[in-house]
Amino acid sequence: MSMTLAEKILAHKVGRDVVRPGELLEVPVDWVLAHEVTTPAAIKMLEAREMDRVWNPDRVVAVPDHTVPAKDIASAKLYQRLRAWVQRHGIKHWYEVGRGGIAHTVFEASGLPAPGEVVVSGDSHTPNAGALGTFATGIGSTDLAGAIYAGTIWLRVPETLRIELRGRLGPGVYAKDIILEVIRRIGDDGARGMAMEWGGEGMASLSMEERFTLTNMAVEAGGMTGIIPADEVTQAYLREKGTPEERWHCFQPDPDAEYAQVVQVDLDRLEPVVAFPNRPGNGRPISEAVGIRIDQAYVGSCTNGRISDLREVARILKGRQVAPWVRMIIVPATQEIYKQALREGLIEIFVEAGATVSYPSCGACLGMHTGVLGPNDVCISSTNRNFTGRMGHPTAQIYLASPAVVAASAVTGHITDPRTLEPATEEAA
Amino acid sequence: MKVTGRVHVYARDHINTDEIIPARYLTSDDPAYLAQHVMEDLDPDFPKKVRPGDIVVAGKNFGTGSSREHAVWALKAAGVEMVIAESFANIFYRNAINNGFLIVELPNAPAHFETGDQVEVDLTGGTLRNLRTGQALTFQPLPEFAIKVREAGGYLEYLKAKGT
Repeated sequence: MSMTLAEKILAHKVGRDVVRPGELLEVPVDWVLAHEVTTPAAIKMLEAREMDRVWNPDRVVAVPDHTVPAKDIASAKLYQRLRAWVQRHGIKHWYEVGRGGIAHTVFEASGLPAPGEVVVSGDSHTPNAGALGTFATGIGSTDLAGAIYAGTIWLRVPETLRIELRGRLGPGVYAKDIILEVIRRIGDDGARGMAMEWGGEGMASLSMEERFTLTNMAVEAGGMTGIIPADEVTQAYLREKGTPEERWHCFQPDPDAEYAQVVQVDLDRLEPVVAFPNRPGNGRPISEAVGIRIDQAYVGSCTNGRISDLREVARILKGRQVAPWVRMIIVPATQEIYKQALREGLIEIFVEAGATVSYPSCGACLGMHTGVLGPNDVCISSTNRNFTGRMGHPTAQIYLASPAVVAASAVTGHITDPRTLEPATEEAA
Repeated sequence: MKVTGRVHVYARDHINTDEIIPARYLTSDDPAYLAQHVMEDLDPDFPKKVRPGDIVVAGKNFGTGSSREHAVWALKAAGVEMVIAESFANIFYRNAINNGFLIVELPNAPAHFETGDQVEVDLTGGTLRNLRTGQALTFQPLPEFAIKVREAGGYLEYLKAKGT
């Protein structure tokens, strides 16, 4: 019987030859990723029921990220509840403030996840890790408590939506444009409850960093997970990160697997996409966004705060200045990325251009701190959601785009196609 | 099992978790506190209007966005008995089941109600009736697993009883 990649992983995990969409399974998990906003509630639930145990402390990765360093007493207490639990149970993989960053981005580069494994977290962007060929899905605090306690989750085998990439991206067009285009085409619930499986000959040209951006935003199309079959690019990345080869299960979907829908994207023809307020699926070609005046430009998040993103931003900011009326905030996603950006001189370029560089955290992506929007603020952002109130005041307007569009817009003060910027001045460079 | 309640109709698709409970309140996981702000970015008056036993009616993909179970806790603590929507986002659906919070998927849901209508829902039978218009409608009853979880008192009680 032919199966999609998600079906193959789930069948393997439950020890069956075949699973079919719609079947309810109790699936063993390989990794639980824990942060300080949703995990303390799970811990409290377990304590209240005298179920305070951890099925396998070596398989929990705890990374406080939403409001670290603490922004107020309430967030300090959430952090403390997570840390006390980590210490009490001897959780093996703990990333303290200053040594971690955004949980998904820390995890992807940690060498821990391997293809064919199941990853859960109390966070909707967990499918980020699916770029490594894992089945990774976001869950609520009760499910998280169940996973911590029993090492399993219940789920219905999802249908799979297949996305076929053809050709190669042109200059100034990025993985962010691909995912925004896909969500625009299928809609904000186009993959509701489904696995979004990516493939096609165009995939070979995309780096791991770009691939994480693709699976990261599965949930913005309603997806249960986003997943990319492990190939040579994946394997080279896993070797570099030291993921033990004996743990790899590089399943491939069967050529005749059944898909709920197949979507094709011609990368050659793709233009930069900007998602207008207030839905990620409200994408339009950048030509329709050019000229919209902005107050804030934000680069960061688990979607687009990686070193390759920062390099693109630096390439644009070098020798240029952020427009006088614009606040530009740049947030390296992890401490490792921050250090790399320092070594490469990127941070200096940002600061010289008049941008603010913030410490690794989820920050203003969800409006909790470090760049919260005020009434009627207009923000261009490399993040993943532009819902009403997402980054602050409900009247603020959020446009989603690639880091390059954010950087080019910061320079001109209006949404700008990075391919049209005038050359930087010599003396400023 | 029958439930009767007064409906609040929000005839919109993709009502998301940031609208149900904005992230600025996520430094708390106290349901009573969250309930004071439930749905406020969608309808600032909702926390004042909602009464125990009320039912929210919405369009497609209700609860899309974040995994925050705070959205379910906020609705539940505010007294919302049930959400009737055309469809639910995956994680919100799971969170509702795990909390024994009632959800009903009904095609074209907002078209059948006006705010203030009384509706009677037979959960096991999969039928509901708008008591103002008299219109009767059918829906897919909750899956057996969800009913087991609700009967156990929630997913963790279900797991504990199962002796995993």
